[in-house]
Amino acid sequence: MKNPPNRVARPAPARAVPVRPGPGRAVPGAPVPGRSPLRRTLLYSIPVVTVLAAGTGFYFMLRGLRRGTFNPHGVPSPLVGHRIPPFSLPGINAGGFSSTEIFAAHRPLVINFFASWCLPCREEEPVLMGLRAQGIPIWGIAYKDTVPAASAYLSKFGNPYARTASDEPGRASIDWGLTGVPETFIINSEGVVVWHMAGPLTPELATRVVEPMMQKLNQ
Amino acid sequence: MFNPEVGNFALALAVVLAIAQGVMGIWGAHRRDASLMAAAPALAIGQAIALIVSFAVLVHANVVNDFSVKVVAENSSSMKPLFYRITGTWGNHPGSVLLWCLVLGLCSGAVAIFGSNLPSAVRARVVGVQGLSSAGFTLFALLSSNPFTRLWPPPMQGMDMNPLLQDPGLAIHPPMLYLGYVGFSVPFAFAVAALIEGRVDAAWGRWVRPWTLAAWCALTCGITLGSWWAYYDLGWGGFWYWDPVENASLLPWLTGTALLHSAIVVEKREALKTWTVLLAIGTFSLSLLGTFLVRSGILNSVHSFAAAPNRGVFILVLLGILIVGSLLLFALRAPALAPVGIFAPLSREGALILNNILICSIAAVVLTGTAYPPFADLLAGIKISVGPPFYASTVFPLAFPLFLAMSLGTALSWKRAALAPVFRQVWWAALISVVIGLFAVMRMRALPALGMVAAAWLVFGALADVASRISLFSLPPRRSLARLMGLRRAAIGAAVAHAGLGVTIAGVAGMSLAASAVVFLKPGQSTNIGGYTWTLKSIGEHDGSNYKAAVATVLVSHNGRLVTTLTPERRQFPIQGITTDEAKIQTNGLRDLYAVFGEERDGGAVLRLHDNRFAPWIWFGGAFMALGGLLSLSDRRLRVGAPRPAAAALAAAAR
Repeated sequence: MKNPPNRVARPAPARAVPVRPGPGRAVPGAPVPGRSPLRRTLLYSIPVVTVLAAGTGFYFMLRGLRRGTFNPHGVPSPLVGHRIPPFSLPGINAGGFSSTEIFAAHRPLVINFFASWCLPCREEEPVLMGLRAQGIPIWGIAYKDTVPAASAYLSKFGNPYARTASDEPGRASIDWGLTGVPETFIINSEGVVVWHMAGPLTPELATRVVEPMMQKLNQ
Repeated sequence: MFNPEVGNFALALAVVLAIAQGVMGIWGAHRRDASLMAAAPALAIGQAIALIVSFAVLVHANVVNDFSVKVVAENSSSMKPLFYRITGTWGNHPGSVLLWCLVLGLCSGAVAIFGSNLPSAVRARVVGVQGLSSAGFTLFALLSSNPFTRLWPPPMQGMDMNPLLQDPGLAIHPPMLYLGYVGFSVPFAFAVAALIEGRVDAAWGRWVRPWTLAAWCALTCGITLGSWWAYYDLGWGGFWYWDPVENASLLPWLTGTALLHSAIVVEKREALKTWTVLLAIGTFSLSLLGTFLVRSGILNSVHSFAAAPNRGVFILVLLGILIVGSLLLFALRAPALAPVGIFAPLSREGALILNNILICSIAAVVLTGTAYPPFADLLAGIKISVGPPFYASTVFPLAFPLFLAMSLGTALSWKRAALAPVFRQVWWAALISVVIGLFAVMRMRALPALGMVAAAWLVFGALADVASRISLFSLPPRRSLARLMGLRRAAIGAAVAHAGLGVTIAGVAGMSLAASAVVFLKPGQSTNIGGYTWTLKSIGEHDGSNYKAAVATVLVSHNGRLVTTLTPERRQFPIQGITTDEAKIQTNGLRDLYAVFGEERDGGAVLRLHDNRFAPWIWFGGAFMALGGLLSLSDRRLRVGAPRPAAAALAAAAR
């Protein structure tokens, strides 16, 4: 029962054509389907077609990455498109702020959640300082952090925030849907969240997304 | 001699040699021109030497702190210890691309040297295909991520390396991984060469197998080391997160494992030919794809790599040419490759096909989980993340039948098998597994207990396989021993690797017994976790060469007897202003006692303490699998009538 080369004697079992491979009955080894050469060629073309489709997709992802329209790191926040939740928090050194004050400010803001015990926050710090230098207002909320620790952190590593508040019990942060620190929200002058990022801001994200978005919102 | 410009020149030379190697190899084989064909391997060796020189220059620049070289200034500093100045060479994008090119060059050099007993046309085509792939990557290194770009004036001090990367794990993990990834370029080249020639036969299966084995061993080591590195260096206490970057390395490992097994069928029975060729192309393609996805920043990962979308397009085009080209060739040529061997469904071949179906299904599931989020985002604008629950519910149902089949498959005979001898061989392994399962189910949840059954089944199934081959208990012990000595290394290797997987599964399942807690202790206070008493003795300080560290001294005792002293550290690196946690682990081979120093507060310490039972087995198992692969690689049969090679090639490439 040897198949002549370049021909398939029988349809393959993989295609559910009845071949009755009963006990002791041999079937062709490899799943070589298809009767006509055209069908086989089509079948064998599936990998290349799949790869071409995937490659096209990757190209558009790369283009999106460069233009800032595609961001794989942006984890969805239910808040995007909604007004910020009501809250009122005490300050770290002085002040503190509440949702009312954010609405009253009536201008686009960056809200950043941080903590002194969080390593990525420390890595993010220079990026925030850079944004501050550009005149972008960042309001910071210390998440589950004692006032002395947060205060020491800000004086040691630099304070990029226009205003700060402390959410030591972490209750307001639950309303914000925080999944961890750092997290950054951009809100427009109406107090509606327009962009959200879980994880540290990179210099690329700052220049590609945050700065242009704040410029647009300010117009 | 070690001037960076020499390195740049050597890299440019490698590009030219690689192009010549590709063109002469493939054109020469096509024209059947013996002198052109003979030139290709010589050019391959030349290319490898050029890349060695280029890489050596880059290492030298790092060692002597030549800050006029941009990558050195950006990623190194003279305060960094010598060891990390060397390993830092490949800790950044341009350096790692050059390492990738070097390994690719060494692979084609190895085929050129050790493939001297291949038919000259085959060797020329294989080396030619390798040359064309090398040409693409060296061109990428030269044009798009040149590691020899200079800075003028050179800065006085470098910016230093990310402290997380200053670890012995980094010294071996990426090169091992690359050796694995790039090693699969050899089966790929063989596959493309076979498609060009239009012929795949038993000899082809035998040529491909040692190279696949070598690459597979390296990749197994690489993944195991990576998992170990994440476990102890990143201080997360976990070992596998189904993170996209981890999945990207798992995918070629899975298809490579399938390739390893289907190549046996090609060699023994001349069946599964087109499938094996497709696997060879697919495995290298997935290696490339993984690197591309990681480097381009498309995947959302906890392992942060510098994302460079601009370079991404260059790599994408390069990969497109390589992968689309080879698959197009596959679509045109593969339909003509007819199977010869014939076998019944219940046979060794049948079991190996089942193995391939299950492994490739797992690979498909992992690929779907990895690629779905970016594509959902691109096409529908939906942001989702696929996490461990998805993989747990999709991979496990496929993995357990695979484990079941693994110990049965080795007991089946070729062509047509009967069930009775299989049962005679494995009944006791099955019995032991069930007993272990009963013990396990009293202590752990159902899924880990099932994992323990699978683990025992694989380990004892492998023992049963060896026992039956040497007729243990049915022959006098002395003759059994003689048989054991005469047993083919490939058979021993398969048993060791299968048992190794069992050991890993036992480790993973056993981790479900792990206990951990985050505690705040002042010096002198203690806590109880996992049957141990953990006492914070003191908090001290010490100075490293480029960091300052706070050290917590934790005494761990059991029933009043001191077991060990752990000294986890928090290191502050002033240049980057980064703090890292240096976890400390004490292992006795059965469990890890693991401590992380979280922060210092009010004169006390926040500590994360773990008692990880069975955890070391996860990596022991990985080592066993790689050892099994090496044993199989040392089999005489692979050296006779085949590229003599692979063990030596691996050793050469590893150096």
